[in-house]
Amino acid sequence: MSSVLFDVPGPKARARNRVLSVITVLVVLAIIAFILLRFAESGQFTAAKWRIFGFPLVQRTIISSIGATLGAFAAAAVGSLLFGILLAFGRLSDRAWISRPCYGITELLRAIPVLIMMMILYYGLPPLGMHGITPFTAVVVGLIAYNGSVLAEVFRAGIEALPSGQKEAGAAIGLSKGQVQRLILLPQAVRSMLPVIIAQLVVILKDTALGFIITYNEILFQANYFGSQAQYGSPVLPALMVAGVTYIVLCLLLSGFAKWLEWRLRRGPKAVKIAPRVMADA
Amino acid sequence: MDTLLNNLDLFTTGFKNTGILFVLSAIFALILGTVVAAMRVSPVPAMRAAGTVYVNTVRNMPLTVILAFFALGYPKLNLVPINFLTAAVVGLSLYTATYVAEAIRSGINTVPVGQAEAARAIGLPFLQSLTLVILPQAFRSVIPPLFSVFIALLKNTTVAAGFSVLEAGAIRANLSERGEPALVGLLWVALIFVILVIGVLSTLQRYFENKWRVAR
Repeated sequence: MSSVLFDVPGPKARARNRVLSVITVLVVLAIIAFILLRFAESGQFTAAKWRIFGFPLVQRTIISSIGATLGAFAAAAVGSLLFGILLAFGRLSDRAWISRPCYGITELLRAIPVLIMMMILYYGLPPLGMHGITPFTAVVVGLIAYNGSVLAEVFRAGIEALPSGQKEAGAAIGLSKGQVQRLILLPQAVRSMLPVIIAQLVVILKDTALGFIITYNEILFQANYFGSQAQYGSPVLPALMVAGVTYIVLCLLLSGFAKWLEWRLRRGPKAVKIAPRVMADA
Repeated sequence: MDTLLNNLDLFTTGFKNTGILFVLSAIFALILGTVVAAMRVSPVPAMRAAGTVYVNTVRNMPLTVILAFFALGYPKLNLVPINFLTAAVVGLSLYTATYVAEAIRSGINTVPVGQAEAARAIGLPFLQSLTLVILPQAFRSVIPPLFSVFIALLKNTTVAAGFSVLEAGAIRANLSERGEPALVGLLWVALIFVILVIGVLSTLQRYFENKWRVAR
């Protein structure tokens, strides 16, 4: 589409584009060089600052913290998908006493910040006598509550965008309403909404980092801990670089898996062509 | 009710700072996001590449890590010292700008091809056809996704509580020091967010959607 926005460049435009390209490259290089220079001048690349990451114990701790992040992500992702399907079916129900509360819950959970939700679970409930709430449960339940309600809207939009013939055909061969939803509509809705669902899963993966604030032992929490070790020169920036790169790699792996899955599904029986415009929520 | 009324100073300061974070970050993110979206559809390959790399890097990093970088890492670079509020605004703007850029880019794609072709046919160069013809229409069609981005931004401001900014998310820690029950305080914060999101921002969204509907 972007090529519609401008003509095929002629000799003059090509020359101008080349100049602009060179300027862009120079500006980007200048920014990167400035950052690297500041890092180097403040001694972020010295061996002393990175020494702490050479210890096997530290490396093992980092790997186990990646495991903690992935564990919270896996639990929250599965929970959010199930909760989302449940809420979506509830909202699509013909009975007002089911669909109204489901609508209310979806709207309410979407409006409360995830962090506040986690704090309510972690700090708010124990004084009331609710014991056994670990940072892990608070992170997972908080993420399920929010992302489940976002995914519910995604599923609902996907189901409502399907041609009504699908539902009618299902009813015509004698399936019950629940069977039509489960066997006919949901699989097609999931397939057409897959990009949005995956984008929301990436959001879940990123939001596990909120566990840092309620003391869940994940990547960022460990990075911050190592960064504050004064006897190793407080390597805050090296630790944050390790954490940042780890998150980017994890998210790219997840997106890559999503692309592969989409490609696999597209080869299958004819895929649904309708994709309603719904975007993932940050 | 007592928890709210007895600590009204705390709640007003907290939500005032949340408001400051939200408004400043929204403005900067909107400007930066529009520029990045324009870069990503521009005829210059280097600009497209720079925009793509920026969006893909920042979007794949948790906001918490970005805020940690500006709040905890930046002071180590011995540059101009900034306070935690500024650090949070910078982090939130850079993060939200990527979402704004993607929303606007998808909006540019919804503008009918004929519009861009007509702009080219009357001889407008890229920048003029973008700013005079395409973007004004794209902005109208991206009001819903743009508002979801801003609603997400409002909720994301709470993350700054983890980095020494006294905003809505930090009210609980301060309440605990005064010996108030954590749950009641947190429920008030949640309620105020629900009112802000559903009552204020969603209403604004509906208003702008109706006001700026594209007549076709």
